[in-house]
Amino acid sequence: MTYLKKPLVGFGVAAVLLFAVAPVALGDFRLNLLAKYLCFAIIAVGIGLAWGRGGMLTLGQGVFFGLGGYAMAMHLKLADAGPGNLPDFMQLYGQLDALPWWWKPFANPLFALAATVLLPMFVALLLGLLIFRRKVRGAYFAILSQALCAAFAILLIGQQGTTGGTNGLTDIQGFFGYDLNDPVNRRMIYFIIAGALLGVLALTWQLNRSRYGELLVAVRDGEERVRFLGYDPANVKLVAYVAAAGMAGLAGALFVPAVGIISPAMIGVVPSIEFVIGVAVGGRASLVGPALGAIAVAWAKTALSERAPSAWTYFEGLLFILPIVFLPGGLASLAGLIRRRRAVPVEKPAAPVEKTPAEVAT
Amino acid sequence: MSGLSVRDLRVVFDGFVAVGGVDLDVPAGDVRFIIGPNGAGKTTLIDAVTGLAKATGSVTFEGQELLGSKVHKIARRGVGRTFQTATVFEELTVLQNLDIAAGWARGPLTLLRTRKGVPPEVEAALETVRLTEVRDKPAGTLAHGQKQWLEIGMLLVQNAQLFLLDEPVAGMSHEERDATGELLGQLSRNHTVVVIEHDMDFLRRFARSVTVMHAGKILSEGTVAEVQADPRVQEVYLGHAAA
Repeated sequence: MTYLKKPLVGFGVAAVLLFAVAPVALGDFRLNLLAKYLCFAIIAVGIGLAWGRGGMLTLGQGVFFGLGGYAMAMHLKLADAGPGNLPDFMQLYGQLDALPWWWKPFANPLFALAATVLLPMFVALLLGLLIFRRKVRGAYFAILSQALCAAFAILLIGQQGTTGGTNGLTDIQGFFGYDLNDPVNRRMIYFIIAGALLGVLALTWQLNRSRYGELLVAVRDGEERVRFLGYDPANVKLVAYVAAAGMAGLAGALFVPAVGIISPAMIGVVPSIEFVIGVAVGGRASLVGPALGAIAVAWAKTALSERAPSAWTYFEGLLFILPIVFLPGGLASLAGLIRRRRAVPVEKPAAPVEKTPAEVAT
Repeated sequence: MSGLSVRDLRVVFDGFVAVGGVDLDVPAGDVRFIIGPNGAGKTTLIDAVTGLAKATGSVTFEGQELLGSKVHKIARRGVGRTFQTATVFEELTVLQNLDIAAGWARGPLTLLRTRKGVPPEVEAALETVRLTEVRDKPAGTLAHGQKQWLEIGMLLVQNAQLFLLDEPVAGMSHEERDATGELLGQLSRNHTVVVIEHDMDFLRRFARSVTVMHAGKILSEGTVAEVQADPRVQEVYLGHAAA
C-alpha cells in the first residue's frame, strides 16, 4: 500500500504548496514570476522523461516550446486584433493585404489550442522517425537537436512580416476574452499553469511506473540488447521523445499568457540549454527533480542577474558542469546517497546472504 | 527441415574474411558446442545468424530464411542469444529484466499499464534459472554466474527456440559450471542449443556434438571423441610438434 500512498502524499503536498501557500505568500509580481518558472518546470519534466529515462539528450526543446508558444500567441494576436483585422505588427512591417494562409486556422480557438500540443508532437514524430530509425544517438542526437533549434530561430527571425522577426509576437492583451492586465486574471493563469504541471507530473509518473517505463530504461542502458529481445528501440524512444515534445509545447502555450510575449530569443539555442541545466541540477532520472531543478535555476537566474548580471553566465556554466561531473543523479540523488551511507553498517551482514542462491545452485 | 541450417555463410569486414564459407547443420534438440582458437570466427558466426553482422549465403531456422532480416525480427522468430560479457539491464530488477524479455508482443495498452503480479512464464523461468530468491534485486548486484543465468532465463521467457550461448561459463566457479551444465541439459529437452565454449572439461561433460572452427572455416565436426581423435584438430590446438 505504501507503494501507492507515498506518491499521493507527494502530489497532495505539491498541490497545497502551489494552490494555497504560494498565492498567499507571494505578491502579484512574484507569483507571476513563479508562473513563468512553472512553465520551465513543465518542459523539464518532459526532458527528464526523454533524457533521464530515455537517454536522449534533448538540447533543442526550444523548437517544441516555440511551436506551442507561437501557436498560442498567433491565436491571441488574432483575437486581440478582432475579426477581419491584421495583427498590429503585420500592419507595421508587412506589405500584406491579407492574412497569410497558414495564420488563418489559428483564428479558431479550438484549432489553436489543439495545435499548441499536437503540432510539436507531430513535428517530433517526423523528426524522431528519421533520427531513431537511422540509429542516430548520443552526442550526434544532441548536436542535431540543437542545430534544428538554431535553424528554427533563424527561420522565425527571417520572416519578420509574418512572424514578428526578432521581436516575436509581443504585447498580448487578452486570453480567451479575459484581460491579461487584470491581476485577478493573471492569478487564474497561474492556477492553470500549476494545474498543468501537476497533470504532466501525474502522466509522467504513470509512464515511469508502467511496463513502458521499465522498457524505456532498458533501452537507455542497453539499446542493442533490447533488439535481441525482439523490440525495435526506435519506437520505444519515439514515444518518450514525442511525449516530451508535447509537454514542451504545452509549456510554450502557457508561457505566452503568463509573460505576454514569445520571441526567437526565448526558444533558441541558449534557452534550450538552460532548460537542460535545470534538469541536470535537479536530477534527470527522477520525477520531481527536473521540475524542482528548473524552478530553482530559473529563480537563481532572476535573483543573481538582478544583482550581478555578468556573473550569471559563469555561474550557469558551473551549474551544468558540477552536477554532471560530481553528482550525475542531480540533487534528487542526494537523499538516496545519504541514506545508503548511513545504511552501510546495517547492510554489511546482509551481503553474504546475497550469495546463497549461487550456493543453493550447487 | 527443422533446426538451424547454414549454407556458404561468408562475413567480410573491410576485406578481412572473418567467416569464409561455412556450412553448418544443427538438428532440433541438439546441444552443439562450437570450439576453435581465438579469431576462428565463432562469435562472428553467431553475429551473422542473429542479424548483427552483415553476411552472404543462407541461414534458415525452422525452414525460414534469417539473413537480411533486422535483429529484432530475427529475435521474434525464436532465435535468442547471450553475450560473452553478460548484458543485463543493471538498474532494473531481475523480475523487470525477465518481464521485459517476455514482452515484445505486448500491445500499447498493456505497455502503458503497470505490471501487476508476476506473469506465469516469468515465474517458471525464475525457478528454472534459480533466481526466485533474488527476483527483486537490481540485476547489477547479481554474482557473475547469476547474470549469465538471468540471460538464459530471458531467452526462456522470450520464447526462443534456438539458444545461441557465447561462452556462458567463462569466469564461473566449478559449482556454477555444474549448475549451468545441468541447465543446458534441461533446456535441450525442448530447445536447440548452440554453445561457444573454450572450457574443454565443460565441453566433454555436456556436449552432444562438436564443431571445430579455424580461420573462418569448419575444420571438423562430430562427437566429442571423434573430434578429439581428429589429427587436424590436434594440429590447430597443439601445433605440429605434438601431432
